[in-house]
Amino acid sequence: MISNYYFLNIIRFTLLVLVQVLVFNRLNFFGYINPMVYILFLYWYPIKENRSAFIALSFLLGLSIDFFSDTLALNAASTVTIAYVRPTIMRFVFGVNFEFQSFKLSSTTKAQQITFLALLIIVHHLVFFSLEIFSLENFLLVLKKTVSIGLATLILCLLFGSLFSASKE
Amino acid sequence: MQQIINFVLRYKSFLLYFHLLIIALAFTVQSHSYHQARFFNSSNWVTGSIYETSHGISSYFGLSEENKKLVNENKRLQTLLFNSKTSDSIALDSTINYTVVDARVIKNSFTNQRNYITINKGESDSIKQDMGVITSEGILGIVENTSENFATVQSILNEKSTINAKIKNSNHFGSLIWDTKMYNVVQLIDIPRFVQLNVGDTIVTGAMSSIFPENVPIGTIKKFNLDTAKSFYSIDVDLFNDMTNIKNVYIVNNVYKSEIEQLEAKTINNDQ
Repeated sequence: MISNYYFLNIIRFTLLVLVQVLVFNRLNFFGYINPMVYILFLYWYPIKENRSAFIALSFLLGLSIDFFSDTLALNAASTVTIAYVRPTIMRFVFGVNFEFQSFKLSSTTKAQQITFLALLIIVHHLVFFSLEIFSLENFLLVLKKTVSIGLATLILCLLFGSLFSASKE
Repeated sequence: MQQIINFVLRYKSFLLYFHLLIIALAFTVQSHSYHQARFFNSSNWVTGSIYETSHGISSYFGLSEENKKLVNENKRLQTLLFNSKTSDSIALDSTINYTVVDARVIKNSFTNQRNYITINKGESDSIKQDMGVITSEGILGIVENTSENFATVQSILNEKSTINAKIKNSNHFGSLIWDTKMYNVVQLIDIPRFVQLNVGDTIVTGAMSSIFPENVPIGTIKKFNLDTAKSFYSIDVDLFNDMTNIKNVYIVNNVYKSEIEQLEAKTINNDQ
């Protein structure tokens, strides 16, 4: 049971990295929209797991994406940030009851799931593009990229989520 | 002591997050300076092989288009050859200033602020840092990092990139930079205001750099206006290269580059 658990996460990690760098980094929709679907890993990751391990794993995930896409350590910085703030976002979205043992992501409402995912994406993209562009002058550009690419990421993540969640349970 | 341990235990996830964030930021900020992006590049073995495999599959889809490009280039070169004045003499080794290596692009990017391209030739083909990379249509960038079999190229679509360029058939030179806005337009700055410019003029590489040969095409003038100080032009250049679709590239190496650089460094040292 436990090995199965680790196995699933390792497979997920590898597949998401490969799908991200080989497919979605080349999408260039409208010339600049490359959705970052690897955020799904943080959305799917079990809630009750060791928090430090989760943060370290997210750092590793961001770093592997960085290795492929020559983006210095921007993905690592933004992914580790959402890994850290994930419990806060969950408390905001699901209320206190997510700390109970019986809590499951699949037992929440659709609206809650989407809000949770959207908040993860917004924080991630905001950190990512602020660091990438790195100037207050171009703050509008940061917002534009965050909104447009965030929307694309959200839609694709939802599609991916509905594609794989049925077989997961 | 007990309190310190308690403190660390209580805030351990925050401390972990904080440290990892600092590490990531340190890598990012350090890499803003020239040639520091050593650790994070796709020229290493793992990423290189994965991109190579994926390229091996996808490269079949653009073959006819690529073929057309190469035929056009051959045609141009044949025309040059037939019309050159010294067609009956063979160049001796001592007259060769540039050596050329061919390579294929296995990863391209043009949507970021700092774009890098990965190619499938590396140190084993004697590719080194700071060699120029061109295509049959124009310039592409400068080699930034190399590994055994792969190299990353700092594209001209990179906010760190500055390349010496000039107006064709004149010697007024300036620097070619990118304002990160559009992937088919770059900027030429520092052309003095007394120079006569026309929309459509061709921009080529200048003779000031030891990286590119002179007169490699870059693009045409799209529009120009004076900068805020009113003494220099800032020119938008339409690129000849379609940066979104690049397959075959050439790496040019100036044989005398190290000699030129040593001499220049010595001259600067003597001044001080």
